[in-house]
Amino acid sequence: MDLPNPNVQSPKVDLTERDVVLRSASAVPPPPDRKLASVAKLIDVSKCIGCKACQSACLEWNDMREEVGVNVGVYDNPHDLTPNTFTLMRFTEWVNPDSGNLEWLIRKDGCMHCEDPGCLKACPAPGAIVKYSNGIVDFVHENCIGCGYCVKGCPFNIPRISKVDHKAYKCTLCSDRVAVGQGPACAKACPTHCISFGTKEEMLKQAEGRITDLKSRGYANAGVYDPPGVGGTHVIYVLHHADKPEIYAGLPNNPRISPLINLWKGGAKYAGMAIMGITAAVGLLHYVVAGANRVKPEDEENAKKLAKGPAS
Amino acid sequence: MTNSWTDIRNTDLVIIMGGNAAECHPCGFKWVTEAKANRGAKLIVVDPRYTRSAAVSDMYAPIRPGTDIAFLNGLINYCIQNDKVQWDYTKAFTNASYIVKEGFTYQDGLFTGYDETKRDYNRSTWDYDIGPDGYVVSDNTLQNPRCVWNLLKQHVEQYTPEMVERICGTPKEKFSKIAAMVGETSAKDKYMTSMYALGWTQHSKGSQNIRTMAMLQLILGNIGVRGGGMNALRGHSNIQGLTDLGLMSNLIPGYLTIPTEKEVSLDTYMSTRGFKPLKPDQMSYWQNYKKFFVSFQKSMWGPAATAENSFAYDYLPKLDVPSYDVLRAFELMFQGKMNGYFCQGFNPLLSFPNRKKCTVALSKLKYLVIMDPLDTETARFWENHGEHNDVDTASIQTEVIQLPSTCFAEDEGSLVNSGRWLQWHWAGGTPPGEAKSDVWMMAQLYQRLKALYQKEGGAYADPILNLTWNYKDPNEPTPTELAREMNGSVLEDVPDPTDPTKLLLQKGKQMASFATLRDDGKTACACWIYSGCFNEEGNNMARRDTSDPDNTGAYSKWAFSWPVNRRILYNRASADLTGKAWDPTRKLIEWDGTKWAGYDVPDIVPNAKPDVVGPFIMNAEGTARLFARGLMREGPFPVHYEPFESPIANPIAPKIRGNPVARVFKGDMEQFGDAKDFPYAATSYRLTEHFHFWTKHAQINASLQPEFFVEIGEELAKEKGIKSGGWVRVWSNRGSVKAKVVVTKRIVPLTCDGKKVHIVGIPLHWGFTGAAKKGFGPNSLTPYVGDANIETPEYKAFLVDIEPIVGPVS
Ligand code: SF4
Ligand code: SF4
Repeated sequence: MDLPNPNVQSPKVDLTERDVVLRSASAVPPPPDRKLASVAKLIDVSKCIGCKACQSACLEWNDMREEVGVNVGVYDNPHDLTPNTFTLMRFTEWVNPDSGNLEWLIRKDGCMHCEDPGCLKACPAPGAIVKYSNGIVDFVHENCIGCGYCVKGCPFNIPRISKVDHKAYKCTLCSDRVAVGQGPACAKACPTHCISFGTKEEMLKQAEGRITDLKSRGYANAGVYDPPGVGGTHVIYVLHHADKPEIYAGLPNNPRISPLINLWKGGAKYAGMAIMGITAAVGLLHYVVAGANRVKPEDEENAKKLAKGPAS
Repeated sequence: MTNSWTDIRNTDLVIIMGGNAAECHPCGFKWVTEAKANRGAKLIVVDPRYTRSAAVSDMYAPIRPGTDIAFLNGLINYCIQNDKVQWDYTKAFTNASYIVKEGFTYQDGLFTGYDETKRDYNRSTWDYDIGPDGYVVSDNTLQNPRCVWNLLKQHVEQYTPEMVERICGTPKEKFSKIAAMVGETSAKDKYMTSMYALGWTQHSKGSQNIRTMAMLQLILGNIGVRGGGMNALRGHSNIQGLTDLGLMSNLIPGYLTIPTEKEVSLDTYMSTRGFKPLKPDQMSYWQNYKKFFVSFQKSMWGPAATAENSFAYDYLPKLDVPSYDVLRAFELMFQGKMNGYFCQGFNPLLSFPNRKKCTVALSKLKYLVIMDPLDTETARFWENHGEHNDVDTASIQTEVIQLPSTCFAEDEGSLVNSGRWLQWHWAGGTPPGEAKSDVWMMAQLYQRLKALYQKEGGAYADPILNLTWNYKDPNEPTPTELAREMNGSVLEDVPDPTDPTKLLLQKGKQMASFATLRDDGKTACACWIYSGCFNEEGNNMARRDTSDPDNTGAYSKWAFSWPVNRRILYNRASADLTGKAWDPTRKLIEWDGTKWAGYDVPDIVPNAKPDVVGPFIMNAEGTARLFARGLMREGPFPVHYEPFESPIANPIAPKIRGNPVARVFKGDMEQFGDAKDFPYAATSYRLTEHFHFWTKHAQINASLQPEFFVEIGEELAKEKGIKSGGWVRVWSNRGSVKAKVVVTKRIVPLTCDGKKVHIVGIPLHWGFTGAAKKGFGPNSLTPYVGDANIETPEYKAFLVDIEPIVGPVS
């Protein structure tokens, strides 16, 4: 009894340069000739069992390996996001002061794919970070100079710089899979359908149904996490206690891009510089920010000083 | 499972107790999520720890390890006291109304007939009153004080919420809340499903744990219905297949039993099987036993099994002891009485209790053959790995032969899931290196053994020489050939008794199902319950049709579900005495005036009248047993017995240690520890990141949960000066382990019989081979004793002590 083999032909890739709507350190590209439907990954924290299938699927799909670490007294392994671990289950033991009951809050952490991406805004390397019209924020590693500005720019503390190739890494929302009409690897692996992927509209609708269910179970403050401070996100959560996102391993209550971002080293200038030629600009920037490949304290100082003056 | 994974989505209430489905069966757990999301179902979790299942539950209550029967008897008591009983169901479908023999009593934790020296009972009074007509005497009004119902009521009376709290440590309010939720499912249209696993089996009274829940489910009317059932979540992807095929020393395929040495002939063997009905007009399915047995013998020995030689009955081994279970096997090795061991897909060095004893046992073997895709600890038991396997290699003379085997993903064949679905799968990869399939290895062994017997002769060579071996390539039977054998085939034409010009069965054809198997040698079938899996319609296990008319969750065209593609066992019980569904929104099968029909294959003769034939046709009574007669070794009703190592004496029978009929080998009793030396109640379990001892060999899994740890509550940590993430030593009377420690709010001390009991949780995934960090397992600590009925070792409840230590320098 033979089943036909699955189709192994490469499917048509349908998420390309032409769909880019924002590009780091570059002039805003002309509006694309088409607008893709806005997508979202919905993570229903109330359904998550913390099995880490998503975390493992992410390593598998991206062909990454995390080192075999140690136990430090918690279930989170590794203990933080890393250049290999784009998504991490974070476990919090929280005693609900109203009921006195313990709740084990398990949140899948990773890039939120902000509508208004702080990483991209902070990034000084032209084209190292792009945003597509469907909302996906992607890192283009050839263009990345490893300066770490994206880390500073991100209100969720997501990107991690590799010690091996000095490039920034984070969840791509499986842009390569989405490009061929599939959902993210984590959503596919999740056994409880805690992770869903679709248009943002569909996902918000689905979230609504879940919130009604949670309210019926006594979670009066159940709600969706789609923070307006960053223009909404393309990864959204259903939380049982949406009034207290911070109890979920420090999910920011009202994330916003730091006002400093626009000012770091006169960030706005980079757009102009990019026009002078990407190579030259990258060379120059790399010279400016090289060293530890990190934002240096004096950069922040400068930015703070600038922030006091009128924004440019 | 009585039901299937997909059926769980039909439930109103899930109770996870004796298991941790979210953690250990994450894929199957999706059906719980569906029931919650789509039906508003509620989830209750009762566990010594707040688990990942508890994390998504509506109600969680802690319980001391090894006290489940007290909790469950408490629930039964609650239901009886508060009239939360599905009366029509209980009266008609259980043995509630049957009268129990005079002489049967229960007192101080023991039933009539106990013999302390034998650790066993004379069970002669544990039975019904049988009338002169040969049928059981009953009282449908339930007034007779000797009827099962009244005896049960009396038996569970002492398990009040206060007593439950005293034994289990479960706060009374939590217990009462759970009791109320459970009690609601006594309504005719409310169903609860029980999901359990090794958290119930791995106790010295494991079988009774499960039985107690089954009794509760029966009086609630939750068996045989959509969204109900007793659902055992099996611990390996094919462990259901293992049991079905009888890979135990006392079984032959399809839950038939190996004869004992007292059963010298087929007639004596049959005289205690194939029970006659105990009620007029009842059907007792085991009356077909001989058909299944003879067809099995024909499948094994073909023409050599004849009516004259009682179908080669003498070829079968005869047991001199109840079973050669794993504990007995290692005990025999330990005594030097077993000196060769074939270990196939098994890692006893980490899986069997009292690891020290296992190491000694393995060291006494002459040879050990390992067939495994992985380099297991058992294969390396002789290798010194420092403190993780501190053996003196030079002194071990055992010859170890490692035969690398393929893993399931490199094989074609079928796996039987917990829901009894035989699902065919295809090879997804090519085996590495010299790895060969298990079938190939077994075939090679057989060919060589046979050649030796042919050449040299030997005592009673017939069973080997005459074994049926009709495979195209005798060196490697194909999965298809083997599956066709399980299904069975017709060996000789059988004419149709109603029309002699026609054939009922045609020689050479595959059996359509076991319904037409015969006891005259004209049919062969290796595993009767699998019959129908590969019939003339083809390989039904390979079916992948996801259609599900009216969304019942049956998915009847997906794979094959034994028996006869039935998805829910006892489904006749889903309808009332007139044959109408108890819950019209969850119809399964109904009586249309002449026959049973519906969404599932009826678990009853299709024309059996609903008010005449009882639904539990595997029992001679036709009803389900609230009173187990003599079938369980501890007694007809479940009693709370403490684990052999317990922090407190049994509040209901302080003089009894452990299960009074559990088998304890000489020397092992002395190794049980006492609470004064080992004050903490320990339990062992799996974590979702790993599958047993396999996935520590996979780099990604190893990185997700890299290092052996134990878990304790904050209070104990404080008392002992233990810091989360630090190192501890944990020891029992049998061994000692070093581990990292996770200090957690998920474990809280419980107050039992006035004493504060701290719990130590010990996950089981680490060893000294593979990609993860080297570590220990709970079996270095656990006691050498098993369940009294089936000898599953007591891994879930034992005593330890703990102290902080300075960790190794890394
Ligand atoms: S979460 Fe951080 S890295 Fe992801 S898009 Fe937003 S700002 Fe960028
Ligand atoms: S796969 Fe799904 S259930 Fe498992 S940890 Fe990830 S989000 Fe949670």
